Amino acid sequence: MANYSHPETLVSTDWVAQHASDPKTRIVEVDVDTKAYDEGHVPGALGWAWNSQLCDTVRRDILPKAQFEELMASSGISNDTAVVIYGDNNNWFAAWALWQMKMYGHKDVRLMNGGRKKWLAEGRELSKDVPKPSRANYKATGPDNTLRAFLPEVQAALSARNQGMVDVRSPQEFTGEILAPPGLPETCQRGGHIPGARNIPWGKACNDDGTFKSADELRSLYGAEGIDGSKPVIAYCRIGERSSHTWFVLKYLLGYDNVTNYDGSWTEWGNLVGAPVEKGAVASAKA
Amino acid sequence: MKAEEYQERKVEVLGWPVNLTSYRLGEVFHCKADNVSPGAALARTTGATREEAEKKALERAEQLLGRTHVRVV
Repeated sequence: MANYSHPETLVSTDWVAQHASDPKTRIVEVDVDTKAYDEGHVPGALGWAWNSQLCDTVRRDILPKAQFEELMASSGISNDTAVVIYGDNNNWFAAWALWQMKMYGHKDVRLMNGGRKKWLAEGRELSKDVPKPSRANYKATGPDNTLRAFLPEVQAALSARNQGMVDVRSPQEFTGEILAPPGLPETCQRGGHIPGARNIPWGKACNDDGTFKSADELRSLYGAEGIDGSKPVIAYCRIGERSSHTWFVLKYLLGYDNVTNYDGSWTEWGNLVGAPVEKGAVASAKA
Repeated sequence: MKAEEYQERKVEVLGWPVNLTSYRLGEVFHCKADNVSPGAALARTTGATREEAEKKALERAEQLLGRTHVRVV
């Protein structure tokens, strides 16, 4: 598939249409807009709500291990189940779910290329039936924190200037003109970006139909900003979901080994007392 | 059930680009408005016609986008 480094992490809508009812495959929809699933979904797909089922609802964190195991077991997912995740907004929170599944050691988890948008646009079958899978046994490993950047690691990277930093938000969020995507609540005290970060909005990795661009196009996109796999990369956005999309692109489509998702993102950094902030646009890495 | 008459178009609301996606599920038209560049969902509405669903989505989008404060940097 388009010369990706790990094509096994991506399946087409055709593949899902043919394999959705395979007993060892589980399809899951994860949307930004959690009402989208109820409107109609891939027949047989489960729906996970990112804001209640894929995070710690008390403190700001990913899903605790025991709750992750419970979610998998109650979803009929065993350690050897092939899980295909898709969602709206070109797989934003689908990528977030995949990132967490990788952190907890699930081997076979994939995204449906193009997500919900492509499935709808192709006029494929939709269902309102909510499956009731038989309970499975599930044992998680990890969490594998080599896939995640915490604040001290980002601060260390900033001091050492030894890692690539990709801010995947929109240009106006990056410059500090706006503090959140237009129309959404502001969740930080200061606008701007982490000094030294390159602005490569997440959506640039996608075609108009929601699918990922080819490996050559992606390599060129990120390479133009100095992100070429030669050094570790930290991706961030506002709350960590858009950056998990870019994390997926860099790690699995381009095969860059050392890529982390800073899910604290701007909601953490933009509220920190004394944190250095850069405003305005930055010169191109090529300049 | 399938999404029929699927359509996407870009419009501008209060100076912000907005993507309107609309389609029919059975007898009901559905519309989703999102802000193009960040891609965040602004509104999800329904109506008996595409025009009605889009009108509701645009009204909600306008309410939300009107709250966005742009700073000089």
